[in-house]
Amino acid sequence: MSRLPITKTPKVYVGGAFIRSESARVFPLQDAAGNFYANIPQCTRKDLRNAVEAAAKAGPGWAKRTAYNRGQILYRLGEMLEARASELAAAIQLGGAAKAAAAKEVTATVDRLIYYAGWADKYEQVLGNVNPVAAPYFNFTVTEPMGIVGVIAPDEAPLLALLSLIVPAITSGNTVVALASSTQPYPAIVLGELLATSDLPGGVVNLLTGFRKELVPTFATHTHLRAVSAVVGADERKALALGAADSVKRTRLLKSEAQPDWYADTAQSLYAVRDFLEYKTTWHPIGA
Amino acid sequence: MVRNLMNAGQSVSLRRLFDEVGQVDCVGIEERVAKYTTRSIKKASKLWGLRTAVSMVDLTTLEGKDTPGKVASLCAKALQPADDPAVPQVAAVCVYPAMVKHARRALGTDTAVRIASVATAFPSGQTPLRTRLAEVRAAVADGADEIDMVINRGAFLAGEFGRVQDEIAAVRTACGGATLKVILEVSELETYDNIRAASFLAMRVIRPGDFIKTSTGKTTLNATLGNNQVMLEAIRDFYLDTGTAISMKPAGGIRTAKQALQFLIAVKETLGDAWLTNERYRFGASSLLNDLLRQIEKERTGAYQAPYYFSEAAESY
Repeated sequence: MSRLPITKTPKVYVGGAFIRSESARVFPLQDAAGNFYANIPQCTRKDLRNAVEAAAKAGPGWAKRTAYNRGQILYRLGEMLEARASELAAAIQLGGAAKAAAAKEVTATVDRLIYYAGWADKYEQVLGNVNPVAAPYFNFTVTEPMGIVGVIAPDEAPLLALLSLIVPAITSGNTVVALASSTQPYPAIVLGELLATSDLPGGVVNLLTGFRKELVPTFATHTHLRAVSAVVGADERKALALGAADSVKRTRLLKSEAQPDWYADTAQSLYAVRDFLEYKTTWHPIGA
Repeated sequence: MVRNLMNAGQSVSLRRLFDEVGQVDCVGIEERVAKYTTRSIKKASKLWGLRTAVSMVDLTTLEGKDTPGKVASLCAKALQPADDPAVPQVAAVCVYPAMVKHARRALGTDTAVRIASVATAFPSGQTPLRTRLAEVRAAVADGADEIDMVINRGAFLAGEFGRVQDEIAAVRTACGGATLKVILEVSELETYDNIRAASFLAMRVIRPGDFIKTSTGKTTLNATLGNNQVMLEAIRDFYLDTGTAISMKPAGGIRTAKQALQFLIAVKETLGDAWLTNERYRFGASSLLNDLLRQIEKERTGAYQAPYYFSEAAESY
């Protein structure tokens, strides 16, 4: 007997739920051969605003987890990706990547998660300090997460680059609102499904799909976003820098024209964690 | 036997009151108010709505831990909610009777911001009538411009409508020149029919310009679009019958600018523009003002604002 295919309606993962855009708009996604594959949510600035609200709600709880627990959760997320590697590879292949290249990207992504999972309860020992002072006080410098970080992912390495930007921010207790590649959004759709089944609390990572032109200005000006981590072109860098100056947010902008190598050792670093931390220095009497 | 006769008497009086004021189409009300959330209010009209909502706020603090200092800072915020001169002052501050004199000291006598005080053993109302009336007189003597009273829900639910009405009338007399707001405490009245009936009981004895008010803010369910709509329609029907314009104050649970705009839409579409002033419509709220200011700033700058740029609200309400 013939059977109608049951195709999946792609939805984005925001605040621990799968949503369509509030605008109800979508854009068509073609597979590598140019055939229609699915309609992807075309998220708007209002979706971005709602995602920021969700991230704000999740923030204090995530930051309050012990560093050890955050590391465990990231490691477990790596396990989830490993178990569904073939599904992720298929999503990457939609964009035209060869089978071997897609498999390599998934493996590199899992390794990147494990790398930062390891740092979760160690970065503080390296970045924090007990400062020498000429008085009977302890003088500690400790780190704190900034809050909500905006992420704008490049088109190349749609899964690896996306997570390479997200994970260092959430390792220290930040929450993230991320815009996936608009030409290759499908890996982010599948990633959302994995995040939902991982132990990561809802709202810690919020994934949006849509067009940069509509969303970059809001990423730049939204005052509740404390930082933006993005791989962007010259015009977008200017818009983000101007908006960030007005709203006093930190930027970590990589040049998309420089084509960063996401597989290189330099693509993962303790300094990527440090870039989304605030330092707090406190004095405490030594006592008798 | 005596008990049964009493019950019979109560149900007769209830039936008679419902026959007079009419009953509420519950499903119709719910469907009507669901439509209010679909209106698209943008740009200039949104800004107008937000500013109008600010001018209608009864900025409230009703907590056991209220201090003169906290009331003074509330009053400062009421006088100048934002640096932006286009943002109006709020309508009133709403405090407990013991805080009225501190509010008066903070606001001064030459101010458009009014002082509202809850009285009559707020929120339960469960003290003898003479105690409640004494509280009202004390609040007015200390400088309250408006008195928020609670109705005797126990008497209402027992069917003693005459007593409910007589007590409202007694409080009205005790108010003297002060505006009276009658809190029905809708969540304890259980049904829309009861809310409508209680609205009419109150409206028949209060003066033009006095208010009926949804709730104390101290119970789980407070102002909703549904019970707001029932009361607005009661006000409309009463106005068409008698020509007396009664004012309305939803209170409790209205925390976002979006909700406030939806309530204003309900007012405009039920009672018309004449009620879109702070003499005819108020919001009893504490955190609402912060969100209104946040959205006004968003409209002014075009950038979404972080909530922590605006002052923290008192809890509850």
